[in-house]
Amino acid sequence: NCSMALQFEILGRFNRARAARLTLPHYVCQTPLFMPVGTQGTIKGLTNTQLEEIGCQIILGNTYHLELRPTSELIDEFGGLHKFMNWPRAMLTDSGGFQMVSLLHLADITENGVTFQSPVDGKPMLLTPEESIQIQNRIGADIIMALDDVVKTTITGPRIEEAMHRTLRWIDRCIAAHKRPHEQNLFGIVQGGLDPVLRDLCVRGLVDRDLPGYAIGGLAGGEDKDSFWRVVAQCTAALPENKPRYVMGVGYPLDIVVCSALGADMYDCVYPTRTARFGTALVPEGVLKLKHQAMTSDTRPIDPTCECMVCKNYTRAYIHCLVTKDAMGSQLVSYHNLFYMMKLSRNLHSSIVEGRFPEFVCEFLQKMFPKGNVPEWVCNAMEVAGIDISSCCSSFLSQESNITDIRESREDDPALVYRAKEDAGADISSCCSSFLSQQSNISDITEDGPEMVCRAEDVRVDTSFCS
Amino acid sequence: MIALKPPRLAAPEKKMLSIKSWSKGRARAGVLHLPGFPHPIETPALLITTRKGLPYFTPPDHLHSLPSPDSTLLQFSPLHFWEVISLSAISNVGGLHKLVSLQDHIFAAVPRDDVASVPEYQSTNKIGASFETPCGRCLLKPTEYMEMISAMKPNIWATLADEVPAWVSEKRNKASIERTIRWLDDCVGTRSADTTGGAVFGSVVGGSRIEGRQLCAQEVAKRSVSGYWIGGFGLGETVEERSALLNAVTDNLPKEKPRHISGLGLPEEVLQGVAAGVDLFDSMYIYHLTLGGFALIFPLDGTRHDADHLISDCNSDGTKINLKAISYRKDKSPIVACCKCFTCQHHTKGYINHLFNVHEMLAQTLLEIHNTHHFLGFFRSIREAINAGKFEEFRQNFVERRRDNLMATALCA
Ligand SMILES: [Zn+2]
Ligand SMILES: [Zn+2]
Repeated sequence: NCSMALQFEILGRFNRARAARLTLPHYVCQTPLFMPVGTQGTIKGLTNTQLEEIGCQIILGNTYHLELRPTSELIDEFGGLHKFMNWPRAMLTDSGGFQMVSLLHLADITENGVTFQSPVDGKPMLLTPEESIQIQNRIGADIIMALDDVVKTTITGPRIEEAMHRTLRWIDRCIAAHKRPHEQNLFGIVQGGLDPVLRDLCVRGLVDRDLPGYAIGGLAGGEDKDSFWRVVAQCTAALPENKPRYVMGVGYPLDIVVCSALGADMYDCVYPTRTARFGTALVPEGVLKLKHQAMTSDTRPIDPTCECMVCKNYTRAYIHCLVTKDAMGSQLVSYHNLFYMMKLSRNLHSSIVEGRFPEFVCEFLQKMFPKGNVPEWVCNAMEVAGIDISSCCSSFLSQESNITDIRESREDDPALVYRAKEDAGADISSCCSSFLSQQSNISDITEDGPEMVCRAEDVRVDTSFCS
Repeated sequence: MIALKPPRLAAPEKKMLSIKSWSKGRARAGVLHLPGFPHPIETPALLITTRKGLPYFTPPDHLHSLPSPDSTLLQFSPLHFWEVISLSAISNVGGLHKLVSLQDHIFAAVPRDDVASVPEYQSTNKIGASFETPCGRCLLKPTEYMEMISAMKPNIWATLADEVPAWVSEKRNKASIERTIRWLDDCVGTRSADTTGGAVFGSVVGGSRIEGRQLCAQEVAKRSVSGYWIGGFGLGETVEERSALLNAVTDNLPKEKPRHISGLGLPEEVLQGVAAGVDLFDSMYIYHLTLGGFALIFPLDGTRHDADHLISDCNSDGTKINLKAISYRKDKSPIVACCKCFTCQHHTKGYINHLFNVHEMLAQTLLEIHNTHHFLGFFRSIREAINAGKFEEFRQNFVERRRDNLMATALCA
C-alpha cells in the first residue's frame, strides 16, 4: 500500500466523464486540467504572475533537462523547484526516460535502466528507476512520474510486451526508492502499446500497487486516432474511479475533449506554446495563422470571444507584425494559447459539474466542424462515452472525413483553419518532445537575429512567411 | 490595463515645460505638461525604448508595475512598422496608442533607434534619410515620414534628420545641417493640425563641429516648434569633446522648451547630457545591457559609501553585474536587495543565471524589468539632486565612485 499526498474528490459526472477537485501539496486543482510544459523551470517568457492570471494550476518540468541544468542538487539547495522558480502552485515532473529515448541517438534500455551518452562529455551514463526518483525527490514536484520503458506506439512485436513487463518491474523499484511519499505523489504509467491484452495486464499490475494516480503512456506518438482513443477508453475503464488519470503528451483541444468524455483528468503538451512561436493561435474554430497575409489589415482580436489580456488589447494586424520577428510576438500568442487551454479546462469542469457536458461537447464540435464533418473517430469515441453528438454531426460527412483530412478556410477569414492539419494528428511526435521547442528557442533569443528579425530578402519575396 | 481616453492633441505654441530649478550650471529640473495627461512628467526623464510600441521583453501587463508616472513616457521609431503593417491599418484603429493599447502612455516618435532603424548616412541623399532596418534599407522622404506620423499620432515627434557620425567631412556635415533644416520645414509644412496634432520637436544636428552645432541650433530656434530633438550624438564623438558640443546646442536654444536627446545611454553620458541642459533621454542602453545579461546595481542616492561592498565583487564594475557569471549560480538573493521591482521582489540571481544558461526568454523579461526600474530610479535621483541644488556633487560622486570601482576590479583581476 502506497502513501499518497493528494485528495481526489469527484464533484460531478456525466457517464464516464468526471469533474474533480484534486488537492495537491501546493494547490487545489480543478479537473479536467491541462498542464503547460515549463521544461527548464519557466514557460516561454511568461512571468509567474501571468501564469497565475491565465489560470495555470499545475506546470510541468522536465527532469532530464533540469538535471542537466541547473541540476537537481542546485534546485534542492534552493529548497526545491517551487522555491527556485518561485511558483506557488502545483508542479509535475516526468521521469526523464522519455526525453532521453526521444532526444538521444544512443539511448539504450536494459533491465538496469536507460543507458545514454552524456550530452556534456559523451561518456556513457545510466538512469535507473532509483535515480530518476531520487532526482525527482530533490526537485520536489507535487507529482512525480515512474521511470517506464518507452517504446514507439508504431512498433509491434515482442518489444512491446517486454516494455510492458519491464515497466511493471520498474514500478516496484520506483516505489521502493521514493523517499517523500507524504509530500510527493508517484504516478505509475500504463504501457502496452496498442495491444488491449498488454494494456490490460499493465493496468491491473499497476492498480495492485495502489498508487496515488495513474498515467496512460505511450500515446500521442503518431498512432492513428482510432487506436488512440480506444487505448484511452480501455485504460480509463479499468483504472480506479477514485484516482486521477493523466493522458501523457496530449494537447490538442479536440483530443482533450474526447479523452475527458472518456474519463481522463489530466493532460500535458508543448503544442500550445510551441505553435504560438510559429504564429499560430488556438481559436474555437481550430487555429488562426497569424503570419497569413490576410492578417495585415485585420482589426479584430485573435478570438473575439476570448477575454484574455491579449484579445482585450491587440488586433490580429498588430500581432501579425510581431509574430516570428519579435520576442513579444511569441509571448503574446503563448499567453493567448495557454489562456485558451485553461478556459477549455474550466469549461470542461463546470459543464460536467453543472450537468450540461453533452451540450458543451456539441457546441465545441459545432464551432470546430461547422459543416457537421466531425471525424468518425470522434463520433465513435463519443458513442462509447455515451454522449449524443448527433445534433452537430452529419453522418454522411463524418464518413468522408475519415478518409481525407478536411482542411478548409473561410473566404472572409483565409487565415482561419478549421481543425488544422496538425490538429488531425499529422505531426504529433515532434510537438510532444519538448526538446524541439527548447532547441529552437535557443537560436530565438541568444542570437537576437536569425529567427526573430526577418531579413530583407525574405520580406520582399513574401512577408507572411518569413521567419 | 487602465484605458484612459486618448490624449488630446497639443498645440505647438502651448508651453510644454515649466522649469522648477536650475543647478549651478546648465542642468535643470522641470515638469513636462502634455494635454490630456493628468500626471505631469518630471524631467530630466527617461523614455523607455520600445519595439513597435511595446517594450522589447517586458510584458505590457507588467508596465504598470514600474514607477509611475515615470514609466508612461515611451520612445518608438515609426520605421519599426515599415513594410510590416500598413499605415491605413494603424490609422484605422486610431493610431499607435490604440494599436498597442497604451492609451494612458505618452509616445515620442524618433526615427533613429540604433538597433532596428540605424541611420545610414552614406545612403542618405537630398531626397530623404536612409535607415538600415530588419526589412532592408529604407530611404525615407519627409512626406512619407509625415504620413507615418499622421497615421500613428504620437504625442511628440522629432522632425526627420540627416544624422552623421563624428568623423564625416566638413562638407558632409554641412549638407547634413542644410537637409535637416529643410526637412524640418518640410515636415512642419506638411503637418496638418487635425491629422497630426502631436508636439513637434525640431531636430538639431551639426556633428562634432562646434560651429555646425551652433549654426544648426540657431536656425532651428527660429522655427515654431514645441521642443527640440538633438541628433547625431552617440555616433563616434569622444567623451571629451561631447560636453562642448552639447553646450553649443543648448546655449543656442530657448530655455523654456524641452530638449530631447537620443544615443546617450551610459549613466555617465546621461549625467553629461543633464549637465548640458538636456531634459529627455532615450537610448538602447537598457536593451543592450539586458541582452548581455547585465543588471544595474549602482546605488541610487549618489553616496559613495554604499558602493564599498561592491569593491570585493570582481564581477562588478560598480554600476552593473553580469548575471551570466557562474558565481551567481547559487545566489539566493535578489539583484538589488532593496529594489522594489517585480524581478527583485520575486526572483533570485541564481534563478536568472539559470534562465540565461538555458537560453530562456524569461531571463531577458526579468532583467529588462529590473534594469528599466533601476534606470528610472536613477533619473529620479538626478531630479532630486537638481532640486536640492546638489547636482554637481551628485555627478562628481557618481563618476568618482565608478573610477574607484574600475580600479578595484582591475586590481582583483
Ligand atoms: Zn485571447
Ligand atoms: Zn530590481
